[in-house]
Amino acid sequence: MTIHRNVLLFAGMFGLLAIVGFGQSWSVALTIFNLCLISAIMALGVNIQWGYAGLFNIGIMGFAALGGVAAVLVSKPPVTEAWGAGALGIGLAMISLGVTIAATIYARRKLTGRRRNLISFAIIIAGFFITRAIFDPAVSAIEAIEPAKTGYLGGLGLPIIVSWLVGGVFAAGAAWLVGKIALGLRSDYLAIATLGISEIIIAVLKNEDWLTRGVKNVAGLKRPVAREIELQNTDWFISMADTLGTNVISFSSIFVKLSYSLLFATVLLAILWLSEKALKSPWGRMMRAIRDNRDAAEAMGKDVTRRHLQVFILGSAVVGIAGAMLTTLDGQFTPGTYNPLRYTFLIWVMVIVGGSGNNWGAVLGGFLIWFVWIEAEPAGAWLMNAITSGMSEGNALRDHLIKSAPHMRLMVMGMILLLVLRFSPRGLIPER
Amino acid sequence: MEDLLNAIILFSNFVLVPATAYGAQLALGALGVTLVFGILRFSNFAHGDTMAFGTMVVILVTWWFQSMGISIHPLPTALLALPFGILATIGLLLATDRLVYKFYRKQKSPPVVFVMASVGVMFVMNGIVRFIIGPNDQVFADGERFIMKARDFKASTGMAEGLTIKVSQALTLGIAIIVVIALFWFLQRTRTGKSMRAFSDNEDLALLSGISPERVVMITWIIAAALATIAGTLYGLDKSFKPFTYFQLLLPIFAAAIVGGIGNPLGAIAGGFVVAFSEVTITYAYKKFLRYLLPENLEPNSLVQLLSTDYKFAVSFVILVLVLLIRPTGIFKGKVL
Repeated sequence: MTIHRNVLLFAGMFGLLAIVGFGQSWSVALTIFNLCLISAIMALGVNIQWGYAGLFNIGIMGFAALGGVAAVLVSKPPVTEAWGAGALGIGLAMISLGVTIAATIYARRKLTGRRRNLISFAIIIAGFFITRAIFDPAVSAIEAIEPAKTGYLGGLGLPIIVSWLVGGVFAAGAAWLVGKIALGLRSDYLAIATLGISEIIIAVLKNEDWLTRGVKNVAGLKRPVAREIELQNTDWFISMADTLGTNVISFSSIFVKLSYSLLFATVLLAILWLSEKALKSPWGRMMRAIRDNRDAAEAMGKDVTRRHLQVFILGSAVVGIAGAMLTTLDGQFTPGTYNPLRYTFLIWVMVIVGGSGNNWGAVLGGFLIWFVWIEAEPAGAWLMNAITSGMSEGNALRDHLIKSAPHMRLMVMGMILLLVLRFSPRGLIPER
Repeated sequence: MEDLLNAIILFSNFVLVPATAYGAQLALGALGVTLVFGILRFSNFAHGDTMAFGTMVVILVTWWFQSMGISIHPLPTALLALPFGILATIGLLLATDRLVYKFYRKQKSPPVVFVMASVGVMFVMNGIVRFIIGPNDQVFADGERFIMKARDFKASTGMAEGLTIKVSQALTLGIAIIVVIALFWFLQRTRTGKSMRAFSDNEDLALLSGISPERVVMITWIIAAALATIAGTLYGLDKSFKPFTYFQLLLPIFAAAIVGGIGNPLGAIAGGFVVAFSEVTITYAYKKFLRYLLPENLEPNSLVQLLSTDYKFAVSFVILVLVLLIRPTGIFKGKVL
């Protein structure tokens, strides 16, 4: 019975996309579908944290942005001049930072009492100034090299698909750091700490031009699929368009989008399969046991904090992968566009609406909420026009209402979150 | 000697005075968070947007007053509008409590569910504010702008450096002191305040002694609404009003509440100043300051800024992390676990 229901729900979702395809255009439908796939992966990552273990992470934006950085650092060609000018300095600064941290930890372990705080404070201050002294000239050297075109170190020049994995690793690293600090304390502390780290990650990406060009953005990333213009000049593609009886140009754009869909769907299915396997394994049962009764699980000898750390890292890594995929799809990295409402809270609405604890639910939520989010904008504008159609042209209230219609989306998403949480906390596809 | 005085004046002008005002604003915000935490036992993520909502109402009423020509020159008209903002925010918070949080209280849901609900509330409030007033900067300060202008100070003292004190800064400190005294008098001396403290200390015992939990919760929301509106308005007068900035204030406010010991009002005040002073001293460029103090051959060429101002959130975060690592209960032994 429930299986039937779930199939129906997914069929309904694809039906909605098909309506867009027939009604607007297939190109629009595929654009929405591709972002649905990425959203579903992000929702899966959050579901691993929240659904499996009850960890509340509101820094999803930061982890997704780390994935985006990975796309830049992996795929862009290295800027040789900049490497020559400043790579050594940056490397030394990183070593100096590492030494400072290690020395502080060592001092805190070895010393006791008042001397402990004094000496570790002194180490931090000294380390900070030494690091800055090496770091600053290196940064200005790098940023001085053709600032309008590069002004950063560039990347490794590898295929961009590699960055999906690297993005996962970056996010996992950040998650380890946050988890080490905040897990094991009150549950709210993780939320506050993740909120903080995500704001900081975005601030770093916006300001460290040597790494990511900051708000100057990195455009023209490599693509894992063919470019439209290449396809339009390829013989086999032209003949294929001929046999299908479509226009070469519009078919090339659909073909490219479909290739992305195929790639993304493969990743989604792989992660979904792994998540389902994990959830049904003894490990998954243990996680749910910890979530449902922490004390009992602890009494049974489970190391709750460690397991939480593990699951927090895994979930964040999945979000990082999705973040790298998103930047790949955009073809550019724009730190200024990361905002918590779109990248953190929207994902939460997906997980809660879909059904926390159920991977299929998270996927459905990702699809549905992304679809609603996209279609709410024209719908809201249409609604506002309809409401205000009785008012005269140039009426101040009318202008204000029409101008403010986009902000309705936030309110609607918040309402959906609150209503689902209140009346149907198990979501569309409840946990089995 | 004169160099030393100049250095002190410079430091006061760019660090002491602004940080004191900012600290008072953070302290008022953190007091609201800490009170809600003490009574309802969850971190209220909607607090920043509650501040934005209250300030928005104050701004709208201010504009209305200005259009009617009502003013209390030299003070900003916003002070006159403040009570209206507080009333509207009280209404909003009581309505949210009835519609959202009450249900979970009845269910005895775990704190994380409350936190999540508060995130939903934040979303909705954010939407309301942007819908009504838009996402852009609004300046609503009027009346006299300065108590002391840099030029006048220089003229009267003959110093090279000037000291500026804005009306908004003096108002912030004055109002914050009045509010804090009133709040502590209420918590320590009145029957209701005592019942609130009892409820915060031990809920079961408070219930046994006949304290009505719903009443305590209601009063908490009323106080939180007043604190949020006052903090938000003072911040807006001092800097400017932008909905997204208020959302971002959440992090320093939480840091302040946790540093001081969450659930402890005294701690929230101390925490506010700790966070504000760290933020301002760490992001201040000391070049000119050091030029006054050091002999000529040691003068720095760089800005001598520890961190760029873009990283001020990192400061709150680092403070937060240090507290969580070293003393999770905070300076004044708040609640933990």
